Amino acid sequence: MIEFDHVVMNFGEKHVLKEVSFTIRDGEIFTFIGPSGSGKTTILRLIDMLERSTAGGILIDGTDVTTLRDREKIAVRRKMSMVFQKPAPLRGSVFDNIAVGLRFRNVDEQEITARVSEALDLIGLSGYERRKAGTLSGGEMQRVAIARAVATKPDVLLLDEPTANLDPVSTEKIERLISALKERFGITVVLSTHDMVQGQRLADRIAVVIDGRIGQVGTSMEIFYHPMNRAVAHMVGVENILEGRIVANEEGLATVEIDGSLILAVSPLPPGTPVTLFMRPEDIIFIAKDSIRTSARNVFAGRITKVIPIGPMVRLKVDAGIRVTAVITRRSFEELGLALGKETEFTFKATAIHVVERFE
Amino acid sequence: MNEIAEGIVQAIQLIVSLDEEVIEITARSLLISLSATLIASLIAIPIGGFIHFKEFGGKRGLITIIQTLYALPTVLAGLLVFLFLSRSGPFGFFGLMFTPTGMVIGQTVLIIPLMVGMTLIALSGVSRTKQDTVISLGATGFQTVTTLVKEARFAILGGIILGFGRAISEVGAAMIIGGNIRGYTRVLTTAIALETSMGNLSLSIALGIILLAIAMVVTGFLFLVQER
Repeated sequence: MIEFDHVVMNFGEKHVLKEVSFTIRDGEIFTFIGPSGSGKTTILRLIDMLERSTAGGILIDGTDVTTLRDREKIAVRRKMSMVFQKPAPLRGSVFDNIAVGLRFRNVDEQEITARVSEALDLIGLSGYERRKAGTLSGGEMQRVAIARAVATKPDVLLLDEPTANLDPVSTEKIERLISALKERFGITVVLSTHDMVQGQRLADRIAVVIDGRIGQVGTSMEIFYHPMNRAVAHMVGVENILEGRIVANEEGLATVEIDGSLILAVSPLPPGTPVTLFMRPEDIIFIAKDSIRTSARNVFAGRITKVIPIGPMVRLKVDAGIRVTAVITRRSFEELGLALGKETEFTFKATAIHVVERFE
Repeated sequence: MNEIAEGIVQAIQLIVSLDEEVIEITARSLLISLSATLIASLIAIPIGGFIHFKEFGGKRGLITIIQTLYALPTVLAGLLVFLFLSRSGPFGFFGLMFTPTGMVIGQTVLIIPLMVGMTLIALSGVSRTKQDTVISLGATGFQTVTTLVKEARFAILGGIILGFGRAISEVGAAMIIGGNIRGYTRVLTTAIALETSMGNLSLSIALGIILLAIAMVVTGFLFLVQER
């Protein structure tokens, strides 16, 4: 178990971590999501004791590692392994690279041969033993770096942006490998990424790191659909963030007034409460002109003010008194006859809105 | 002009005929400077490793002093060792003045700062990620240093060869400590100095060509190793 207790980290004048606290449980995949420079890498480096924190406690299996002597640190560190964003090939062959941690531990050569071949099998690079590590592709080297890290059979694997520099095919291989490590060996995996979708695919729990603080810790469902505040919502791609006030509440179905528009949302908060509404852009549905009007709530009419194609999807901004951003497939966009400047109707479910009390 | 041409012809004759004195002086030069380089490597590389990896007060100042000593005048190194080894000096009782061993010590002292500095530069050329990787894989302090020295081996080898080049080409320390005794402490550089002053240009040129050839062989060797 890894615990941070109000950890502060300053590099000179720069406050990199501001009172960061969290707990990582044994055997889970725990992901730090955040923009570049938010402090994710520093957290991983602190866990591996590559940096010294300015203040606060870092407990690994109950031992505060911030007070350990160098020799004791090595003993704790040997239960962990870290893979860096840009893996460094050490001199020699792939075999030598994977064996290096085992050689530091004075494991006998016979055992090393067995473990290296096992690790290569795991990463799907059997037969690569004699290749020069310096000649591998980025994706292959990243896999070798993971093999090098797991050959020592660590309890904890730290991965700093393991797929940041890789193509989609290599990324998928690494992600499958990470899931396999957890399932087959019960390794605790601590991962940092700026890719929210990757976090969602892999993680048991996610911590959102924003500007040196933990914004929220939770499952991907909690983080993506129930962000605790504006910063977290923004980070996880909740593009519709609206501020208003509850004007009525009937058995948990609240009416929220936003600049004169009324929105129905699920919330227990009483009338008069100032609130922020979060809604994912995928949850907005456009209504075809000739379709039979349902009794759906939250139906708005507005003008399309911006159209941005993103691969097979299209992102639209619509001004309907309230301004919203929606993402629909390109096919729907064409079938509905949408275009820049056109008037359209859209709707969303009352349950698609996450209501958070706003403290004024 | 004629004299130079004549000198070169005679020099080639001396080399091709494997003149006994030329061979003897060359062999002694190589032995003394290679010994000094080996000893200096054994001292300088660990010191460089220690300075690179340890954080301590005055580290920056120490590095500046080491860098200043790259340019340590050879006669000063000679004088320093002379003060220690001369009969009245603290190590006078070893009787090392005017011996090849004394010359080895002089050249070792001369090139240690350069080689420590080159080791520092070589190690700082190893990426931070490599260093972190080695530490995170559970290396002890000693394992970290040895692994990273291996990673920086080409650059460190370059420093060793630079040190050897400075050792074999210096004349000040060899003259002060060795005394240029014929058949005992005479080396290529001191011989060239003497023979030139005596007007024996052909021998000087022959020795000069050999000195350059050694430099070429050594540099070529480094190039070959780095190409691999």
